[in-house]
Amino acid sequence: MDRRFFLKSAAATGSLFIYAPLEAATAVVPAASGQIGLYVRIAPDNQVTIGTATVEIGQGTNTSIPMLIVEELDVDFAQIIVENIATPWKAGANGRPESIAFADGAGGSTAVWDAYDGARQAGAAARHMLIAAASKRWNVPVGEVTTDKGVVWHKASKRKLTYGALAEAASVEALPAEALPLKPRAEQALIGTPQKQKAARAIVTGQPLFGIDQQMPGMLHAVIARCPLIDGSVRSLDDRAARAVPGVQAVVRMPRVPLTESWGQRNLAEGVAVVADTHWAAMKGRDALKIVWDRGPALETSEDAYAAAWDVLANGQPQRLRDTGNVDDAFAKAAKVIEARYEVPMVAHATMEPQNTLASVAGGKVRVITPTQQPFRAMMAAAEAAGVDPANVEVVPVRSGGGFGRRLYNDPVTEAVFLSKAVGRPVKLLWTRECDIAHDRYRPGGAHLLRAAIDSDGKLTGWLHRAASQSRRYRSTTDGADKFWTSEVFPDDHPGSLVPNNRVEWAPIVSLAPRGALRGPGHNINAWVMQAFLDEVAEAAGRDPLAYRLELLGEARDVPYNGHGGPVFNTGRMAAVLKLAADKAGWAGPGKGRGIAGHFSFGTYAAHVCDISMTEAGGFRVDQVTSALDCGIAVNPNGIAMQNEGSINEALSIAIGQAITIKDGEVQQRNFDTYPMMRIERAATSIATHIVPSEAPPRGLGEPMLPPFTPALTGAIHAATGKRIRKLPIGDQLV
Amino acid sequence: MDVTVNGKKWSYSGDPEMPLLWFIRDELDLVGTKFGCGIASCGACTVHLDGAAVRSCSVPMSAAAGSKITTIEGLAKGAKLHPVQQAWIEEDVAQCGYCQAGQIMAAVDLLKINSNPSDADIDAAITNLCRCGSYPRIRKAVHRAVALAKG
Repeated sequence: MDRRFFLKSAAATGSLFIYAPLEAATAVVPAASGQIGLYVRIAPDNQVTIGTATVEIGQGTNTSIPMLIVEELDVDFAQIIVENIATPWKAGANGRPESIAFADGAGGSTAVWDAYDGARQAGAAARHMLIAAASKRWNVPVGEVTTDKGVVWHKASKRKLTYGALAEAASVEALPAEALPLKPRAEQALIGTPQKQKAARAIVTGQPLFGIDQQMPGMLHAVIARCPLIDGSVRSLDDRAARAVPGVQAVVRMPRVPLTESWGQRNLAEGVAVVADTHWAAMKGRDALKIVWDRGPALETSEDAYAAAWDVLANGQPQRLRDTGNVDDAFAKAAKVIEARYEVPMVAHATMEPQNTLASVAGGKVRVITPTQQPFRAMMAAAEAAGVDPANVEVVPVRSGGGFGRRLYNDPVTEAVFLSKAVGRPVKLLWTRECDIAHDRYRPGGAHLLRAAIDSDGKLTGWLHRAASQSRRYRSTTDGADKFWTSEVFPDDHPGSLVPNNRVEWAPIVSLAPRGALRGPGHNINAWVMQAFLDEVAEAAGRDPLAYRLELLGEARDVPYNGHGGPVFNTGRMAAVLKLAADKAGWAGPGKGRGIAGHFSFGTYAAHVCDISMTEAGGFRVDQVTSALDCGIAVNPNGIAMQNEGSINEALSIAIGQAITIKDGEVQQRNFDTYPMMRIERAATSIATHIVPSEAPPRGLGEPMLPPFTPALTGAIHAATGKRIRKLPIGDQLV
Repeated sequence: MDVTVNGKKWSYSGDPEMPLLWFIRDELDLVGTKFGCGIASCGACTVHLDGAAVRSCSVPMSAAAGSKITTIEGLAKGAKLHPVQQAWIEEDVAQCGYCQAGQIMAAVDLLKINSNPSDADIDAAITNLCRCGSYPRIRKAVHRAVALAKG
């Protein structure tokens, strides 16, 4: 759809836009298109296509978001086609583009959460317009027209028309002036039913769904040799041999991109691109480059950075973020004080589809086809790189071969646009796996010192959590260093928030390595640290891990939670998921290899019971995970189970063996040989997902099941071996 | 050199070192076969060479010369899916889906050798990476494919 259309129509309809497709501005949308608003298109043969601006990265939103639209549109869900659409936007108050989609991109586990009202309104509005068109054609009152699975009826006269027959007329009907009444929850027929992923057949037959599969006429292929030294640069380049490789068309120096906060381009490694007729020629050309690199401003080494942070945690004064009650007094009066140190490394995303983008810059117009979690930001990054107005940029978001947070950052978009502009042809940039792992936006690691005070009854009276991490806000141009903690720790997290005397502090682990978000950012470390330490406290108190947790949660009540997923944390909902997981697993204590943990993030309550058995070689096998969650209304229970399974296996893979380390300013890992990821032989054997029935609005799902798995696992390891895992990855600690 | 891909014969006269993967993807536009690592580690590029699973990112064209290749696009017979593909849909295996062509080609290869594999057999034979953690469903789907193949 033409970008100008959005600009014009957005200006005309204003804030209503947020709600729906409400801008099917008749002057611009071709009537014959059957496009009824932004998100619904119906062909004369009744084929319904549902558009969604939430991109598919494997989290299932190309199924769950259309479910919301179809619930109100009233068509057969099995018959619809789903397509991803560019983010609709308008010029904001200061002229800067602003997204006007009810939900766009993928991040923060907000797709269904944000879309729940807007997507249903989009479906209802399209149905409303179909009814209006039918009422005119039959000359009957709107109130006498009904719908049933893609057919519009006038029951009194026994007349009917398919949606397809009415789509053209409906597409020029007036948009509803205000939000329409939606089906009450009890009347919803699709939401809450398990639906399979819409793209399943296309995937198993190898259709060209992904970024790497895309083509443009006349396109060239690019590969970049990136400086392996963090923030290093090219001292000298001899590209004669590379240019002599058959098929090589150009060698292009990649500059460091200036620091721009807005679109996530905080660090692109300096490098040299080889652009060629084929990917293979580009690879050979890259291998033939002779480059001498200059080191960056620092030659950091992970071990030293952690040691310095530990010194601050143990002896210095980290930044104080929360201090309730009197922590010092609590420790002074404690019957017993428990202390432990936990440590985690940085990890890479390693999406199965390496980073890539196909871009064309020609005649002041930019076209970008990219697997991205942030199409809107991709548009802005492309506009910036090409030096054009965003109105001249078309972004086609395609399915991502995994996201996990990596594709929140559009650095490949910037690079591909830069290259296309440089060589004057469309360019498909593909990162090698070595680039992908050695130049990721790493999940920060952390060093955590925890101290708990218990009284003579074993009751928690004091909780101190001192955390250090390589904050991912480290190169923020808008936040001072005093705000770096905001992406790293959540001071209202339980169990600390339930302890009368509670202190939370943070200090930096200094690093220049690029960092970013990975599934459950912050939580994916903190939940492990806090819940694993809670197990240690329970043991010191002589209590069962489940019973101790439930006692601490106490009566069901709202506790303030200032942050994403808040504003409150309900102790009763947390207790309920712990109990449900425990009941389904038949919890009777840790036994010979069982752990339990729960965590609240992204508005969702999640708990797992993990059962393991030890293998002869000192390894372990996860035999069974019994999970319970409360995410509000469960839109697609099948998709929820898939996300739970994925979250568990991702956490397991990270726990078993993933670590990014830096030595002398260089990331040490390059490919799956040095960055081993879990294969099927170590994956959880059986996973059962139990959903708490809820009428609360939907909350996050893609991320919150991951954080509590790791502590359930290490709890199980303790039960099996007596050993507390306090440092990840587990590696050979059990051998 | 000649290579037969999904029953169709092609000739190739380019760099003999080029991996089969890039011939399939860039020259034949059969993009169902994926690039993942380039070092035969992840298995996203798995195809069948003369009936056996290979990692096409590490098979040079010189080694593929004269062979018969089957890719994910060549697995179905017209609209009728291979039982493994059908099982993958019925168990709803794929999340992002990127690795699944390779997983399916590996599973088809396994079932040729072992018509009724145990979980342990599956674990030993299918070493392809899946970053989305679809592994438990892959196991189920392989078992289901066995049942589907029996009819």
